[in-house]
Amino acid sequence: MVIAGRRRSRPASRLTHHTADLAAHRTLAAVVIVTLAFYAFAAVLIAAAAMVVLARNPVHAVLFLILTFFNAAALFLLAGAEFLAMILVIVYVGAVAVLFLFVVMMLDVNFAALREGFVRYLPIGAVVGIVLAVELLFLASVWSLSPEAPRLVAEPVPPGVDNTTALGRVLYTEYFYLFQASGVILLVAMIGAIVLTLRDRPGVKRQDVAAQSARRVQDTLALVKVTPGSGMIVVPKPAADCGDEREQAVEPMPPGRH
Amino acid sequence: MDTFLATPLGHVLFVVAAIFAITVPVLLGVAYLTYFERKVLASIQLRQGPNVVGPFGLLQPIADAVKLLMKETVIPSGANRGLFLFAPMLTFSLALIAWAVIPFGPGLVLADINVGILYLFAISSLGVYGIIIAGWASNSKYAFLGALRSAAQMVSYEVSIGFVIITILLCVGSLNLSRIVEAQTNLWFVVPLFPMFVVFFISALAETNRAPFDLPEGESEIVAGFFVEYSSMAFAMFFLGEYANMILMSAMTTILFLGGWLPPANIAPLTWIPGPVWFALKIALCLFVFVWVRATFPRYRYDQLMRLGWKVFLPLSLVWVVLTAGVLKLLGWLPTGS
Amino acid sequence: MSFVDRTARSFLLSELVSGLALTFRYLFKRKVTINYPHEKGPISPRFKGEHALRRYPNGEERCIACKLCEAICPAQAITIEAEPRADGSRRTTRYDIDMTKCIYCGLCEEACPVDAIVEGPNFEFSTETREELIYTKERLLANGDRWEAEIAARLKADAPYR
Repeated sequence: MVIAGRRRSRPASRLTHHTADLAAHRTLAAVVIVTLAFYAFAAVLIAAAAMVVLARNPVHAVLFLILTFFNAAALFLLAGAEFLAMILVIVYVGAVAVLFLFVVMMLDVNFAALREGFVRYLPIGAVVGIVLAVELLFLASVWSLSPEAPRLVAEPVPPGVDNTTALGRVLYTEYFYLFQASGVILLVAMIGAIVLTLRDRPGVKRQDVAAQSARRVQDTLALVKVTPGSGMIVVPKPAADCGDEREQAVEPMPPGRH
Repeated sequence: MDTFLATPLGHVLFVVAAIFAITVPVLLGVAYLTYFERKVLASIQLRQGPNVVGPFGLLQPIADAVKLLMKETVIPSGANRGLFLFAPMLTFSLALIAWAVIPFGPGLVLADINVGILYLFAISSLGVYGIIIAGWASNSKYAFLGALRSAAQMVSYEVSIGFVIITILLCVGSLNLSRIVEAQTNLWFVVPLFPMFVVFFISALAETNRAPFDLPEGESEIVAGFFVEYSSMAFAMFFLGEYANMILMSAMTTILFLGGWLPPANIAPLTWIPGPVWFALKIALCLFVFVWVRATFPRYRYDQLMRLGWKVFLPLSLVWVVLTAGVLKLLGWLPTGS
Repeated sequence: MSFVDRTARSFLLSELVSGLALTFRYLFKRKVTINYPHEKGPISPRFKGEHALRRYPNGEERCIACKLCEAICPAQAITIEAEPRADGSRRTTRYDIDMTKCIYCGLCEEACPVDAIVEGPNFEFSTETREELIYTKERLLANGDRWEAEIAARLKADAPYR
């Protein structure tokens, strides 16, 4: 069979083009460019993340959130995790953020009312913020790195395989049950949402596309030869399966009945 | 020459030249796609089409471009200025950056990345932002309605496109576009995966907001949808972006199903024609079908569009993913891991 | 069996394919539109186009200022003033048609006893200002001189049916 019988014409090194490329051009210039790019993306990421919270207009906040996702994806790319970067863009930017934007755009936010409450809630907000900051400081003071961490960080991509394969190998072997469980949790959430929103109200006329497109001319139309001078009786047929279509069969009136 | 290309400056210059070598033909293609579309539509409707500007009207796209350039950019007073101008730029640049990973021939690709198909998918899923931002920033009801329609439509059809791509990936075992094309050396995927091809093509129509799924700009209901308020170059950028997306989707169809740069059969006279020419011919064929479909079918109603996406294409593509995986596993045709 | 048949048809998209086949056939049909400014369609001898005042072959204007056209004009687009000329014949001193009022009904042409005012074959007389559409006697006579050959041929072709 073709699909199986096809041969990889490229040497294995070409497959990990990105990493191989990096190794080949690992000159000083390349390192400098990568470092600069990292700091640029990181700076934009932090600034955009701050703007998500600070922006007055909720639509602007969502757009900044999208910018944040983008820069995160770029950082993944720099780390050699191209699969994660693309999935981040597809899932978060391409789908989740669209829905955010969708909802936020339809909100009719009253900015004056928002600003009114600002001073009133300032003390409570400040207390919560200070508590959180103290906790963070406390955590930071006892922070210590695992001795194995630097070794793991140094090699985001195992040698010889690309990011996609490496992820797949871990995901479908070591963490297989966790992976499946997370899938089931998402499925449950989806079914829950459907159950909550789906209601079948009786007496609502709905379009039945299948029934509609299955309709033939001979089901609905009767050609009747009417003799001159006689009338016609219209006999209502019992409602068919075609939703709101009321069909009526027409029969010629027997002569002499009118 | 080789030593110069190895230097950082030489590399940068080479990449810039390559970008121009891709962008300029794409933009020319976009310009002449509008001409092609008008001519084909005219022929099907028994009309003449543009035939006044230049021989056979061949200079018509250029005349249109000049006309749009000379016009005034009108920004509505209630619009969000920055985002209003940002949206067409986003649409246009997204339509162009996707071309970075398209392989035009064996080895003829600007960025031969491992996750090429995911990159294309990501870029095409971003296309909705240009539309949704334009609709919101215009501060117009028609534009907003168009944007909402478009957002819902593109998100819905992306799901089935995703499953179609997964089916292809199961047969190839790589996310690299060049490898996907090479896997079709003996048999194009359009033959064994024909239903997926149909699903993909119809979803591509929906993804590019083309007839019969052009509800976001449905002129008879919401004037011009998300670009009601746009004029001049801002409008032209949307227009260019839309047509560049059409070419991109045709290129994707060609790569995934029609064997990319490969000739139809490995016979002597066909193999003499270089790969990029085959690639362009196949893209042109897909584009013809795009236009042909536009000339044939009336616009979908919105609820029917959603029904088609979620109730027909999603289950169908899901079933085909399972079926393909099952057949490949049972017959031992699964491509081995890289 | 008909259920299987229908299901198969709907899965094979038979309706879509037949629609596409129809449009594909039309792709190669002869075009029905003509290349307008270069080619023009035929027009009937009764076509009611731009007005003209005709002359006799000796150069004398036909109009005798009977004002029947002015009287019958439903849009009241025609204005005529008349005086006896030095040779004693009754002629118009003013014959204006407001082309923006005219509804091109052709009643003036029907009413005229001497075939002086006619609606000619010309339909390309758009102007850039409204003023140019208020036709004076000179303009109408000039039109008559310009289109006389066509007008005469048209009248002759239509004569058997009048």
